[in-house]
Amino acid sequence: MEKPFAITLDPGSSLANHTGSWRTSRPVYLDRLPPCNKQCPAGEDIQGWLFHAESGDYESAWRHLTKDNPFPAIMGRVCYHTCEGACNRGQLDAPVGINSVEHFLGDEALKQGWKLTPPATESGKHVLVVGAGPSGMSAAYHLRRLGHSVTLYEAGPLLGGMMRFGIPKYRLPRDILEAEMQRVVDLGVTVKLNSKVDNILTTMAEGKFDAAFLAVGAHIGKRAMIPAGDAAKIIDAISLLRSMEGEDKPLLGRRVVVYGGGNTAIDVARTAKRMGAEPLIVYRRTREKMPAHDFELEEALQEGIMVKWLSTIKQADESSLTIEKMALDSKGFPQPTGEFETIEADSLVLALGQDVDLGLLEGVPGLKVTDGVVEVGANMMTGHPGIFAGGDMVPAERNVTVGIGHGKQAARHIDGWLRGEQYFPPVQREVATFENLNTWYYADAPKTVRPMLDIIRRQSTFDEVQGGLDESNALFEARRCLSCGNCFECDNCYGVCPDNAVIKLGPGKRFEFNYDYCKGCGMCVAECPCGAIKMEAEEI
Amino acid sequence: MSFQPVHFYQTGTFTVGNRLLAEEERSVQANMERTNSLNSGHRACQGCGEALGARYAIDAAMKAASGRLIAANATGCLEVFSTPYPETSWQIPWIHSLFGNTAAVATGIAAAIKIKRQKGQMGDVRVVAQGGDGGTTDIGFGCLSGMFERNDDVLYICYDNGGYMNTGVQRSSATPPAARTATTMPVGPEPGNVFGQGKFLPAIAMAHEIPYVATATVADLRDLEYKVTKAMGMRGARYIHILVPCPLGWGAASEDTIKLARLAKETGIFPVFEAERGDLTNSLKIRRQQPVEEYLKLQKRYAHLFGKKPAVETIARLQAAADKNIRRYGLLDQEAN
Repeated sequence: MEKPFAITLDPGSSLANHTGSWRTSRPVYLDRLPPCNKQCPAGEDIQGWLFHAESGDYESAWRHLTKDNPFPAIMGRVCYHTCEGACNRGQLDAPVGINSVEHFLGDEALKQGWKLTPPATESGKHVLVVGAGPSGMSAAYHLRRLGHSVTLYEAGPLLGGMMRFGIPKYRLPRDILEAEMQRVVDLGVTVKLNSKVDNILTTMAEGKFDAAFLAVGAHIGKRAMIPAGDAAKIIDAISLLRSMEGEDKPLLGRRVVVYGGGNTAIDVARTAKRMGAEPLIVYRRTREKMPAHDFELEEALQEGIMVKWLSTIKQADESSLTIEKMALDSKGFPQPTGEFETIEADSLVLALGQDVDLGLLEGVPGLKVTDGVVEVGANMMTGHPGIFAGGDMVPAERNVTVGIGHGKQAARHIDGWLRGEQYFPPVQREVATFENLNTWYYADAPKTVRPMLDIIRRQSTFDEVQGGLDESNALFEARRCLSCGNCFECDNCYGVCPDNAVIKLGPGKRFEFNYDYCKGCGMCVAECPCGAIKMEAEEI
Repeated sequence: MSFQPVHFYQTGTFTVGNRLLAEEERSVQANMERTNSLNSGHRACQGCGEALGARYAIDAAMKAASGRLIAANATGCLEVFSTPYPETSWQIPWIHSLFGNTAAVATGIAAAIKIKRQKGQMGDVRVVAQGGDGGTTDIGFGCLSGMFERNDDVLYICYDNGGYMNTGVQRSSATPPAARTATTMPVGPEPGNVFGQGKFLPAIAMAHEIPYVATATVADLRDLEYKVTKAMGMRGARYIHILVPCPLGWGAASEDTIKLARLAKETGIFPVFEAERGDLTNSLKIRRQQPVEEYLKLQKRYAHLFGKKPAVETIARLQAAADKNIRRYGLLDQEAN
């Protein structure tokens, strides 16, 4: 080639210059574990389903959610959403309303009639599930998804367990409950209602079951030793809540005293209020020490329910109770003061916790029962091979979400056990902390609050107290998610690299580093909003 | 219409891209087909703000000119790191002549294009001139002022990193007060650049009453692209002044480049605004105001202000200068966000 004056070389591209050799540390993409996901007792991939909801693809969001939890409409109403307490956005303005978006997705699925995904293949194995509460229904669902045949035995006449007999209608309307239960049954679960299992080994042998998952719950109300006159009306909380489901509503009288400080005590008091009574909660410690969730107490107080703190019941008579005042000692335990008073009461409801009916396990070798609950290993299996257990009958916090999580875990371990393998849960990823985020990039957006039912209707009817978000609110709320630790394709790394060393792979495919040219400046890490990149030292 | 940040959750237009926005609302840099005018393999330092700013600006200009663009480049970092003979990183028609004559070279190109178009020998091709603050505010200032005064059809882009970084961090007339360079007082009661000297070229450009003057930083991509695109839609002399932090010359961590640009804007140290025919028309509001210390303490060129005995008075003078910018350019909006 003829070159101009004083030019001796052909023009070249700087691509010949591999500046990647300058690097002493390299950026790598990773998916960190968002704190909400880490917190969720049911193991939901919350950030994952919010990601779909953000683009308005509610069906994908619902399908992603139901991989872990088949009951979003129920969860959106009764879950205590500890995820929101862990949400990083809480340190910015207010946590993302995860529970309200879940509520919306659950209702949307029922409205649109979306069905759960049936198994691709059948394994030929047959698993017995005992108890149709949250844990049993969750296990049945996950076992079906894994291709196993499932037969479900339920002692009661209806599906739902404590979701039906323990949670009042004003928190969980029954049409919602039934629809989500039925959707699991529609996957091909054989249901036997009114079928109490008296001996698990006999039932397993008769039905030729390959494994069993027990989730019979805790239905026996604990009694306290209260001297009572013959005419005193004493009832336990669970029996009361259960009888609310039948035709004959219990007669409690006007002045109802509820003894206890848990969520059940509050549920009973709020139920009594709706039946026209004037409930009074008697609790031996203080509000700070109360095991009930504060928002539930707050809602109860709004509805006009009274609480008598630092009090124990010493004696129950036909229309009155004798109460002793207590005082907290230096360790925070209540101690009697010797001061007594009498209050009027037509009935007394004991909400002092529940015990498990372990009758079906009598004579099963290898089982270990401690403090009235069945010991299980990390794989949810009892001491007897092939018998797994979960929910309220094993040692754990007792709530619906924990039960659903047990059902899922147990299903996965049962699946492994049936195939003669051990199921290893995925190794937990490093957690995405607030410090991993660059919050500059997020738009300021306050939380959307769900509407609350008018106070008069809350005091007199069983209408649902907390409403749902509409579509635009739910979308807004989903988009408040910071996507902690997981790439949401904001293109920042692709944009801010001064060396064009980030390759954009296209929508849904994320990005890749071109290490031939990446100099390791770390700008992509610093400017990634969600902390999905980190620097790693190069081996030099 | 001035640039309006889109409050579209979750990130609106703060991030480079946003999958929730419609295609036409997305940035040039988010596009897989962007020009990458300044390609990989250039020899700029790790975290170079100028390399980033140049790609942001020229990619946007290329899009606005439908790929028909010629760039004239002053001597400086941008020229040296991108084009060591015989290699170049530029993927556009690009010419380098001398340190001080870039505006004149661009003027010449624009004049040649004008004549060729009159003769029907070519279609429309746009001209951009670019240089660092040394080549713009000091050495090339005469040519630039002439280009403004004649209203030549050139967009001049200055990448301001506050000094001659390529030759070893010497002071320029754009070096901010109190900042240390190789050619400012190293010791004594008040080390670093003196107060009361230097110049703020955007204001001088405004005094020429040219069609368009704007400032931008590498921390606000959407604002930068908006301004380049707007300037490319106009004819005559236009000037855009982009703050580009320099990890080497500022003594900052390479990953802090954008953070520093953001802090320069959020503190008021660097006002981001636009002006037409000499009148201020719009300013980018401060979103989360910060004291100047937050900006200063990340840079070793200001380390002498934060010794055992902090230079409280000097910091107060820098804060006062930032506050003056806030007042003069209306950087605070009570109803912002």
